[in-house]
Amino acid sequence: MLQAEHAVLAAMAVPASGALLIALAGRWPNLREAITLATAALLLAVVLGLLPDVLAGARPAVTLGAVLPGLSIAFSVEPLGMLFALIASGLWIVNSLYSIGYLRANGEHKQTRFFVCFALSLAATMGIAFAGNLFTLFVFYELLTLLTYPLVTHHGTDKARAGGRLYLGLLMGTSVVFLLPALVFIWHTTGTTDFTAGGILAGKLGHAGLAALLALCVFGIGKAALMPFHRWLPAAMVAPTPVSALLHAVAVVKAGVFSVVKVILYIFGLDTLAQAGLHGAADWLVVVAGFTIVAASIVALGADNLKRRLAYSTISQLAYVLMAAALLAPLSVVGAVLHIAAHALGKITLFFAAGSIYTAAHKTEVSQLDGIGRRMPWTMAAFSIGALSMIGLPPAAGFVSKWYMLSGAMATQHWLAVGVIVLSTLLNAGYFLPIIYRAFFVKPAAEAHEHGHGEAPLPMVIALTLTATGTLLMFFLPDLPLALARQLPGLGG
Amino acid sequence: MSWTAHLPALQVIVPLLAAPLTVLLRRREPAFVVALAASWFAFGVALALWWQVGHGGTISYAIGNWPPPWGIEYRVDRLASFMLVLVAGISAVVLPYSRRTIETEVPPSQHYLFYTMWLLCLTGLLGIAITGDAFNIFVFLEISSLSTYVLIALGRDRRALLASYQYLIMGTIGATFIVIGIGLLYLMTGTLNIADMGRRIATVQGTRPVLAALAFLTVGISLKLALFPLHQWLPNAYAYAPSAVAAFLAATATKVAVYVLLRFYFSVFGESAVFARLPMEAAMLLLALAGMFAASTIAILQTDLKRLFAYSSVAQIGYIVLGLSFDSTTGLTATLVHLVNHGVTKGAIFMLLGGVALAMGGTSLARVQGLGKRMPLTSLGIVLCGLSLIGVPGTAGFVSKWFLILAALEKGQWWLVFLIVGSSLLALAYVWRFVETAYFREPRADTADAREAPLSLLLPAAVLVAATLWFGLDTSFTVGTAQQAAAALLGGGR
Repeated sequence: MLQAEHAVLAAMAVPASGALLIALAGRWPNLREAITLATAALLLAVVLGLLPDVLAGARPAVTLGAVLPGLSIAFSVEPLGMLFALIASGLWIVNSLYSIGYLRANGEHKQTRFFVCFALSLAATMGIAFAGNLFTLFVFYELLTLLTYPLVTHHGTDKARAGGRLYLGLLMGTSVVFLLPALVFIWHTTGTTDFTAGGILAGKLGHAGLAALLALCVFGIGKAALMPFHRWLPAAMVAPTPVSALLHAVAVVKAGVFSVVKVILYIFGLDTLAQAGLHGAADWLVVVAGFTIVAASIVALGADNLKRRLAYSTISQLAYVLMAAALLAPLSVVGAVLHIAAHALGKITLFFAAGSIYTAAHKTEVSQLDGIGRRMPWTMAAFSIGALSMIGLPPAAGFVSKWYMLSGAMATQHWLAVGVIVLSTLLNAGYFLPIIYRAFFVKPAAEAHEHGHGEAPLPMVIALTLTATGTLLMFFLPDLPLALARQLPGLGG
Repeated sequence: MSWTAHLPALQVIVPLLAAPLTVLLRRREPAFVVALAASWFAFGVALALWWQVGHGGTISYAIGNWPPPWGIEYRVDRLASFMLVLVAGISAVVLPYSRRTIETEVPPSQHYLFYTMWLLCLTGLLGIAITGDAFNIFVFLEISSLSTYVLIALGRDRRALLASYQYLIMGTIGATFIVIGIGLLYLMTGTLNIADMGRRIATVQGTRPVLAALAFLTVGISLKLALFPLHQWLPNAYAYAPSAVAAFLAATATKVAVYVLLRFYFSVFGESAVFARLPMEAAMLLLALAGMFAASTIAILQTDLKRLFAYSSVAQIGYIVLGLSFDSTTGLTATLVHLVNHGVTKGAIFMLLGGVALAMGGTSLARVQGLGKRMPLTSLGIVLCGLSLIGVPGTAGFVSKWFLILAALEKGQWWLVFLIVGSSLLALAYVWRFVETAYFREPRADTADAREAPLSLLLPAAVLVAATLWFGLDTSFTVGTAQQAAAALLGGGR
């Protein structure tokens, strides 16, 4: 069996070398796709190989060398990163399966470049998940932005270029303007950027200083799409649907909220934040995130384009994670961590369904979906499960995470947060249930009978069935993510 | 006395003597071989000196065995050896590249003279870095400047003549100011040896001639280093000079001028109270910021890649000057690190642009549409270097930016931190203009037969692109040397 330290490096080396092979195999599409799937499977095996050690309490670490004294590229596996790596590598397999079906059915151009960039993005994602210090995380975070840029602008049209501008401008802009100064400041104040259980800032800053630094970090991590830096996410909808799935579920936004939670747990420390001042230095974040949850839900309510509605749903769901983490209560932070996983499974199912509808029926607007459930029962059943998870209803994964978040909010008697969760649950139901209703219970307009269609190609249906099953499974068997979340510093018990 | 003790003299004399030799040979091939041999030898000597200084401390070499301060002293300290490695290294990489590019850019009958001028320019730049004598600095500055005017004028485009003339006028004004400044200092201290000057200035500090000397030197050198708003000569010079010359100048000429400024500021005026009477730091800070923002904005508006990246150079010089305005070890480290990082990055970009000009018939944004399809390697190289200009982690530019931010934080100046990172967004904008043109526009019909640049161009450029990435990951050479040099400068210099 692979040694844990080597496995950490292999998690990045496997997709990177996979990308190279995919590029070389560009002329033989079947071989190329086989390599993608094999690489994805190998990556999941490598990540799974690390799991028993981490659950047993080991924290395998590797340092690759220092860029500056005290500033090294270092990796260290801890439970949160483990969970993120599991989500990303697991969903990559399903997403590859889906991509193959989608790209071929829609006759997309430059498929080799697509798969190469996809594999490289996964390598960068693993770097983020396993980063041992904030500097390493920053390096791979920027790398992920650059590597996903060709995917977002895949179509090469003027619209893609405009979307790409917003994507790159906002993500790189926020990270350079806010996160980089925060990073240098943390290094300047503490002499390290290592992720340390309980944080490294204890006693270094006052209440205002902590709150300001947290703001630099949270807004600097633009991938978490906290308002007002959320516009890149709807703009990136111009990309092909498998890329949307990558952005919304596998890697990009997950990297955002993961990084925020990681910074709160391992740079600031829950106790340090909670002790600073009356309500803790993260109180402002509860308000901003709460606003984002409600505002994004209202925008989603009015969006007719299905992918746009899903995009604003993502912005709202990500803010849940941020708000729950900002409550600083152990229960709510567990909820935040679980929600990273739950949202990933649910949202990828929804995007897969949207892509299937586009591929099979060429429909993009909610108002066109009357009666589509009869033609595409699998797709719409999966969609319904994903939607239930977003609303937070049993028997879907979203219920579990919301339960914890709500318990945490009540335990800290943060009634604003409680109110936001309740209100947004209603709003979520308001923009998802009508879709399900239309799909299954409204008779399709007469013209729709003219060109009959059934389900999307088989690989796509298999993929969305798998993720929908995962969404259900996480409701019935939340043990693994829960066990990992419980191991995080300050959340035990 | 073994011959290695004479390395400081050989550093300058070999390229100096090789220059007339190329004139005597009068043929392009032998001239190229001589120039290349001399340039590579100079690089070897520079590396050896860097190693010697690192292990044995500052080297003092008396030319003709006349002891300083009466004779001319060559003095190699950490900073000087750092500059020698940069200048000689860039020349060693760019010279092989020039062989193919001047075929289309310079009339064949003048090829041997091209190498003559190149060697003289190299001699001058190396001489400035190595000499410990103020007047000698002026002499070498003139050698390098005069040869540079000729090199720029050799450009194929007729506008090269105008660019050269513009630089000649501005450069001569600058040189005049510098020699007036040196003269005033000589008048007041009675010595031309820089170390000696630095000691004696304490007795005359605050006198009017010394203040005037500081003012003359500052303005004169600022002209040579193209500090905004004294930069007008630079964009044309870089845009119309032969490709190899543009790459060599972009990587070295303004950098050596910065070196001269550091020498006079820290080794001569360093311990005097002059700075207390003239707010040089505030002035430098203001001009640096103006350059960072104004020049970057102008760069965004350019329609030609060479001019775009030339204006980017003016902006990057702003970063370099910003570092020295902090008057702290960290700030100076940022300056010195960025000297090398930016030199390497810009050298690589102008070499790649030379290939673009050759293959696509020009570097205007309209012409390079679809470059990513026509010249994928060249295009990728420019993007990688562009990321370094923005300061993306993993590239050399990131390390420079790190130290600049750190220097601002040490002073507690958060507003400056945000200005520094804010200006990176402007860099992002002009680099992305290239990206969108190269990758989102279809190639034009008249560039249909454009192919990737030949290996003789790609390989030397690849060396500098690799260095751009390497200095972003392993900073032991750049930061290590720069920190020692910065500490030495602030600790009282030579």
